[in-house]
Amino acid sequence: MSELTGIYAIWYREIKVFLREKSRIVASIINPLFFLLIFGGGLGNIEGFGAVGGQVFIFPAILGMSLLFTSIFFGLYIVWDRKIDFLKEVLVAPISRLSIFIGKIFGGSTDAMFQATLILIIGAFIGVHYSLFSIPLAYGFMFLTTMILVSIGLILGSMMESPEGFQLITSFIVFPMFLLTLFPFDKLPSYLVPFAYIDPMTYAVDGLRGVIIGANHFPLYFDAAVLALLAGIFIAIGTYSFKRMKI
Amino acid sequence: MEFSIETKDLVKKFKDLVAVDHLNLQIKEGEVFGLLGPNGAGKTTTLMMLTTLIHPTEGSAAVNGFDIIKQADKVRKSIGIVFQDPSSDDTLTGYENLKLHALLYGIPGDVIEEKITEVLRLVDLEDRKKELVKNYSGGMRRRLEIARGLMHQPAVLFLDEPTLGLDPQTREHIWTYIKKLTNETKMTIILTTHYMDEADLLCNRVAIIDHGKIVALDTPGNLKKIIGGDIVRIKSEKPNLEAVKKLHYVKKVENFDGKISLTVEEARKHLPEILEKIGKVDSVHVREPTLNDVFLHYTGEEIRDAEPEGGWAQRVMNFRSRGR
Repeated sequence: MSELTGIYAIWYREIKVFLREKSRIVASIINPLFFLLIFGGGLGNIEGFGAVGGQVFIFPAILGMSLLFTSIFFGLYIVWDRKIDFLKEVLVAPISRLSIFIGKIFGGSTDAMFQATLILIIGAFIGVHYSLFSIPLAYGFMFLTTMILVSIGLILGSMMESPEGFQLITSFIVFPMFLLTLFPFDKLPSYLVPFAYIDPMTYAVDGLRGVIIGANHFPLYFDAAVLALLAGIFIAIGTYSFKRMKI
Repeated sequence: MEFSIETKDLVKKFKDLVAVDHLNLQIKEGEVFGLLGPNGAGKTTTLMMLTTLIHPTEGSAAVNGFDIIKQADKVRKSIGIVFQDPSSDDTLTGYENLKLHALLYGIPGDVIEEKITEVLRLVDLEDRKKELVKNYSGGMRRRLEIARGLMHQPAVLFLDEPTLGLDPQTREHIWTYIKKLTNETKMTIILTTHYMDEADLLCNRVAIIDHGKIVALDTPGNLKKIIGGDIVRIKSEKPNLEAVKKLHYVKKVENFDGKISLTVEEARKHLPEILEKIGKVDSVHVREPTLNDVFLHYTGEEIRDAEPEGGWAQRVMNFRSRGR
């Protein structure tokens, strides 16, 4: 019981901080919006994306991108918590590291899905047609995805000493993970296919493509299973990394 | 449970550095116990071990009867901590910081509001509770963190350098709050400090620590008795120290280039005789011994009052403009 309250406490803090920093919310949906309107608009006239056209085809990838950036950076921000020593207050509280980790994930997940909701709304204006089932299923996929991504962010953040490494992580982890999801899986050149297989975002975006525009490469249950498995693995690693984190 | 805190040969090593060296402490329930020593003496490291934030290299310790390694969760539930560095969230209000703490410590929902009001009143922050901690002064923030440490009614409260880097006026305020606490509750308080006056004023017993070891442990009064008298400082060009040394009530004579330091029993009574023997004198200063003299007596060094790592308030300023 007290562990649940603990998870709620961490979540409560993250949501308060999130709602207070409105500039962050605006900044984080501007990027996906530009990608969608400019990049997607340009792709709209190019053949090869199937019946839905380029702009709608990359829409789930842009949704994924928003989740990716928000979640990973949410996790990395734990570097700041440590710098201001706020984390000590949390770590010395009588709740387990697992609960702290889960609370953080829920916090990051809420942030990311709030922003994704804004993008889903924008989607309706560029020609994405939602069905009664696509919305709840999309949220299911998004939730699994954010669990993985926030975990990755937190794991990296717990190993970092200062925010200087953020740029490296963007270049070497975040961007490749995103770029691999932009194109249809069967159109990827063979040297990229292995990378696409190990990119969690492949299954996230494939799942979203399936439920939103019906253009999935893998079966949906397979996407969901891979994501759930990865979420479990990363939460386990994350809890461990919280236990050995230096404060 | 006999002792609130009991340590047995507690050791913490960081690579080659022995930060805490076979520390044995027994702190009674309801005591205000001071760990006094210069920066780097191992005070904070000791606190970090007792509050389960770091593991000892060797030895063991019990807090409220719970083992700090095997029963870390129970230890955490029974203690309150006010860290040396600001550990409240400056993007939240004072109220929200306390609410968060209440939730983390599992305070029942129906008494949370009551508790928050109670501790805010204790530290006089009721009227500022809706403000972001970002806009608090260093002293207010420290008071908020003391309030927070008290919310879940811990049996033991740890205060790590409670007034480090605060201005004199704020320090006195904080002392008043701590005094109030010790009068009104039966809480055991462990505080670390490198301010002599702070330890003297607040603590029932003081352990003087240097290089990770206890060099002396007693009540401030008894510690000062060790010095054996009052401190008399005399400036004189040509002092007749031999004559002074013969006086039976003069315990110690030191001469630093015409600045003479004497330790004298009942100095006020014997001063005329000393002045008569010593010859021509430029100035005289008589004072009672302080814990600083005790520290000097045991270690041969003054407690360094400087704060090479930067004070608490300084760090508040540094991290106030973080990029969130």
